[in-house]
Amino acid sequence: MSFELRGITKTFGSLVANDSIDLKVEAGEILAILGENGAGKSTLMNIAYGLLQADSGTILVDGKEISINEPSDALAAGIGMVHQHFMLIPVFTVAENIILGHERTGRAGTLKLEDARAAIKKVSEEFGFDVDPDAIVEELPVGVQQRVEIIKALIYNAKVLILDEPTAVLTPQETDDLLRIMKDLKAKGTAIIFITHKLREVKIAADRISIIRRGKVVGSAQPSASQEELASLMVGREVTLAPDKTAHTIGDVILSVKDIVIKDHTGRDIVSDISFDVCAGEVLAIAGVQGNGQTEVARALINLEDHIVGSMKLDGVEINGFSVHKSLDEGIAFIPESRELDGLISSFSIAENLVLDVHTQAPYAKGISLSPSQIRAEAEKRIIEFDIRTQSVSDPVSSLSGGNKQKVVLARELSRPVKLLIASQPTRGLDVGSIEFVHERILAERDAGRAVLLFSTELDEVMALADRIAVMYRGKILAIVNSDVTRDQLGLLMAGVVSAGAKSA
Amino acid sequence: MNSLRKLGTKLSQVAALPFLSFLLAFFISGILIAVSDSRVLKLAGHPWQMIKMAGTVIGNAYLALFQGSIFDINLTHGHSFFQGFYPLSETIVTATPLILTGLSVALAFQSGLFNIGAQGQFVFGAIGASYIGFHYSLPPVLHLLISLAGGALLASIWGGFVGLLKAKTGAHEVIVTIMMNYIAGYFILWILKTKAFLRPGRIDPMAPEVGTNARLPHLAGADLRIHAGIFVALLAALFVWWLLTRTTMGFKFRSVGANASAAKTAGISIAYVTTATMALCGALAGLGGAVHVLGSEYAMTADIAGSFGFDAITVALLGRAKPVGTVFAALLFGALRTGGRTMQSNTETPLDIVLVIQALIVLFIAAPALVRYVFRIKNLKTSASITSKGWNG
Amino acid sequence: MSTSKILKSATRKRQERILIVITLLSLASLAKFGFASNTHLKTTFGFVLGREWVWVHEWSVTSAHGSFIFSILALLGCGLGYWMLRSGKKLGLSSALVSFGLLMSFVCWAAADKFIPFTGLLQGALLLAIPLIFGSMSGLLCERSGVINIAIEGQLLAGAFVSGVVASLTHQAGLGLLVAPLAGALISLLLAIFAIKFSVDQVILGFVLNVFVIGLTDFLYKKLLIPYQATWNTGPTFSNIQIPILGKLPIIGPVLFDQTIIVYLMYAFVAIITFALFKTKWGLRTRAVGEHPTAADSVGIDVNKLRFRNVLLAGVVAGVGGAYFTVGSVGSFGKEMTAGAGFIALAALIFGKWSPMGALAAALLFGFADKLQQTLSIIGVAIPSEFMLMVPYIATIIAVSGLVGRVRAPAADGVAYSRGGSH
Repeated sequence: MSFELRGITKTFGSLVANDSIDLKVEAGEILAILGENGAGKSTLMNIAYGLLQADSGTILVDGKEISINEPSDALAAGIGMVHQHFMLIPVFTVAENIILGHERTGRAGTLKLEDARAAIKKVSEEFGFDVDPDAIVEELPVGVQQRVEIIKALIYNAKVLILDEPTAVLTPQETDDLLRIMKDLKAKGTAIIFITHKLREVKIAADRISIIRRGKVVGSAQPSASQEELASLMVGREVTLAPDKTAHTIGDVILSVKDIVIKDHTGRDIVSDISFDVCAGEVLAIAGVQGNGQTEVARALINLEDHIVGSMKLDGVEINGFSVHKSLDEGIAFIPESRELDGLISSFSIAENLVLDVHTQAPYAKGISLSPSQIRAEAEKRIIEFDIRTQSVSDPVSSLSGGNKQKVVLARELSRPVKLLIASQPTRGLDVGSIEFVHERILAERDAGRAVLLFSTELDEVMALADRIAVMYRGKILAIVNSDVTRDQLGLLMAGVVSAGAKSA
Repeated sequence: MNSLRKLGTKLSQVAALPFLSFLLAFFISGILIAVSDSRVLKLAGHPWQMIKMAGTVIGNAYLALFQGSIFDINLTHGHSFFQGFYPLSETIVTATPLILTGLSVALAFQSGLFNIGAQGQFVFGAIGASYIGFHYSLPPVLHLLISLAGGALLASIWGGFVGLLKAKTGAHEVIVTIMMNYIAGYFILWILKTKAFLRPGRIDPMAPEVGTNARLPHLAGADLRIHAGIFVALLAALFVWWLLTRTTMGFKFRSVGANASAAKTAGISIAYVTTATMALCGALAGLGGAVHVLGSEYAMTADIAGSFGFDAITVALLGRAKPVGTVFAALLFGALRTGGRTMQSNTETPLDIVLVIQALIVLFIAAPALVRYVFRIKNLKTSASITSKGWNG
Repeated sequence: MSTSKILKSATRKRQERILIVITLLSLASLAKFGFASNTHLKTTFGFVLGREWVWVHEWSVTSAHGSFIFSILALLGCGLGYWMLRSGKKLGLSSALVSFGLLMSFVCWAAADKFIPFTGLLQGALLLAIPLIFGSMSGLLCERSGVINIAIEGQLLAGAFVSGVVASLTHQAGLGLLVAPLAGALISLLLAIFAIKFSVDQVILGFVLNVFVIGLTDFLYKKLLIPYQATWNTGPTFSNIQIPILGKLPIIGPVLFDQTIIVYLMYAFVAIITFALFKTKWGLRTRAVGEHPTAADSVGIDVNKLRFRNVLLAGVVAGVGGAYFTVGSVGSFGKEMTAGAGFIALAALIFGKWSPMGALAAALLFGFADKLQQTLSIIGVAIPSEFMLMVPYIATIIAVSGLVGRVRAPAADGVAYSRGGSH
């Protein structure tokens, strides 16, 4: 079965998310759609799946035009989708999730789960999945949840499978498994659309590559193209994949973490016995797949987590048990993982956001009273210094683009006298230009003699910025290695394999 | 001049939605008044006469509503012209506690909390003020101030408990305040039967009158009930405005209200904000109760809170949770309440239609899309809507 | 350790805590009521209401002995609890036994030298719980599909008003019952339109709808029902239907099976809703849109349509509950006669952790507390009735504070759904 999108255009207000896009994928073929964050890939696929409606354009299956207004239309046409954020009900069992929307019922309208169980077993065996139909989804590892999504699509005879950034949440090992599964599916005649911004995976899996930039298809490439070629097509200009990093001198230990244990509210260890040091003038990167405890460690360092056991010394001062406010005051700049949720207050002005954590200090406040004029005056300086593109500092921060929002967070955090910068996924969801800016600022902090702790799930980012790399897996640090480690060695560590080749630093 | 015009444009933009909602609510309520009127129903066979009669009935009702709330020329016969403003005085007397309870709900909204508990907080404010007012005998001014402060303090403990409970256990303030309103309602029933609150020799549940030194002075002579409580209320509104826009505490409140997670990451203590907000809300609503007892009722009964705490929610919603808006909304609803009584006695239109009008106004304001559709207006300006964040928020 | 095991161990810890608390309570009850109360006076329980087979007329027991016996029963319940916990079972039966023991121990103590119509107490408790049960089922239908329903009070009141008026005008209790669901559904329709179509904040909306219905019914009551009482507000009521054999059983019969049609409807509604929610296609979809509407949408379920229908259905259920106030008991409508039942129903729903059986149990408990308070104040027991009346509210505050287990609302409860909501 062939699947084709012709002239798809979609606008949100003044933003053109998709501009007359043409794509075609044949049965037994993997088409990769490569594009930066915000290029319009997800919008396009949501249109193909009926979650959004295009302003204009047509969708063709086997050369015949069909209309897809609802996900049910897409399902009926044999189009299945594995979403970036899983479409599974966490409190349901696997079988309940599978039959949802396709329920078979017996007498008195009772659900018949037996058929679903059998079908799950059958598909599981065919592709070598190990999925228990009666397991509760929220209790399954992320990789298995994704397989449930794939099973969901396969059981209802999806001939076209759309995978939206499927590897973002997977370990390198799980990623390899997924790529293998994709090849199996392809061999059985499924047409696959693989959406990603990861160059390496595209080169491994794709038959053809279409590149989307700013809502337009800007070209296509063969998997044999080099990563540099693909990257410059994706961004639209020459990109240096690694920023310039100069030699540096390492100073004293600034942050010393010893035997940290973090428990969740049920009393389970999320992070167990973690120890590491960060020195002035170095970047220590904490690498690892999403969900292995990095988020919690980052939050714990400014006491955003409860129930922290162990010692955290900042420049000799024990900060465990401090309030968040006091931890920051002690000399920590904190760039949270999610700028929208934790970094900014979207309805507040840019100026107000720039003083979120210092609004009680001079010159922004005198005693209990605020000085709005001072807050604005300082903000004017910051937007110039950090090149924040805005009409006015009184505009709500929600009016800014993602890159400019992150610059507001950086401007706030780096304008205080700090000893340590903690940056948690600082470039997630940013375009390449903003990524470069953020990377430069982080390295500038390091060169200015600050200690930098970088949490990142992106191997490229880790390799480009770090002086040393700690790999987290299931709440533990498996190893701390020097930056001359190879990609493969890091990948193995991230999957929990401690190989002989990785030397500790 | 130019800036004045700008202000005018801005005002008309801000006021357009409330005004249109107001019109719509009065229109619908008018229909209700007409179709439930026997004189109109009798003319069912004669459409034209029926419509005319309906017009008369509605017109009379709304005229009475106005006369009963602002100015009534009939009251000036044989008295001074001034006496014609008796209704306005009554409106302000009703609006005074309503401003305070409305501010209580509005302040909570600004911190991202939905305070349904103004009713219970009002009760405790009344109990505190009443007890200090009748039990002690203190010099003028001092007695009044201590009575007001006592009521506010007691209510702030009652309200602050909700904040503390939310901070420590995550218990949702909507559920807790609903429950605490009932508890407060039974508590006042009980306490009025206790020795401390029964008047000597009486067994009916009514507290003794507060001492003259504890009363809020009348502002326009003994004939009009308007009292100095309105200044307390306006000062409170000014205080809330100053707190929210000009202090670090207010900045914290608004931060938590707009995005608690980001506020927490920036080092603002949610527990502190939640507890402080609810304690302040309690104090404001409690001040409402105190002012009501010390300004117009003097003797506390079980029904002292009336519906001041519940109306406060519609007041705060209509006032968009802003101090100035809340003052105007409270004056409006105070007028409706007061005028409603005249409307009820003069035109046999039950007072309760006022509740319907209130509910409809707030409903339309909450759904600007509907108002836009009804009046075919495309660019109706709407400010950020107030939300309560559901059970999991 | 897998997540499920951890969750189980957390539940277990909580249950251990509950068990410790109830054991202490039982011991306290033994000490206070069993040993420290008046040993001479007798407490008498009456069991017969009249239409059932007589088994035992009444039972007299010395107050202290009675308290002692029931406190021991509560302690046995605790023992059973420990055994059940060790063998990995839930504490349902044990906590029921303990509550019964504690309550009876309290009653024996409080009603020394008094007569307690035991069967009447239970019957009254059930009757007081009827509107609460209907109300909480209405809340359940809405909230399980992701729409917060604070307008239960308004739905009940609308049902009561319309059924009372229609029954009075037509002299047919049956017609009153027939239109009550329509009245409830009408309020639901407003809730659904404003919450789902206009995305109005649901807590605020529910609150405003209550004000609206209270205003409207008060207005019409004064305008029509008082002046024209004979035609508009003297409705007939249903008489009791005694179920053959079952209705004749001692205690159980008069309490459960000698009731009006509305009570039997309540049984049916609870049974059907419980079954449908967990065993049918509709139930699966309802729970799905309440937990993760985007996921439901992605498999072709029309989220807002299902929510709309469920909210209407909820109005129907609450409307029938409203009819109980008029045609189900007193016939005529009274101003604001629901008197906050809708909010106690909401409390029961939350106390019952958004499950039908939990809500049912909570509503019965609240009904019992209310009836016990009434009974004790009628027979002249010196406990301020106000404090008994506070019980449901205090219990709910304790419940939402997580002191007896974490209460978890459906994940998407109160969040309006629109596609691509992030844009």
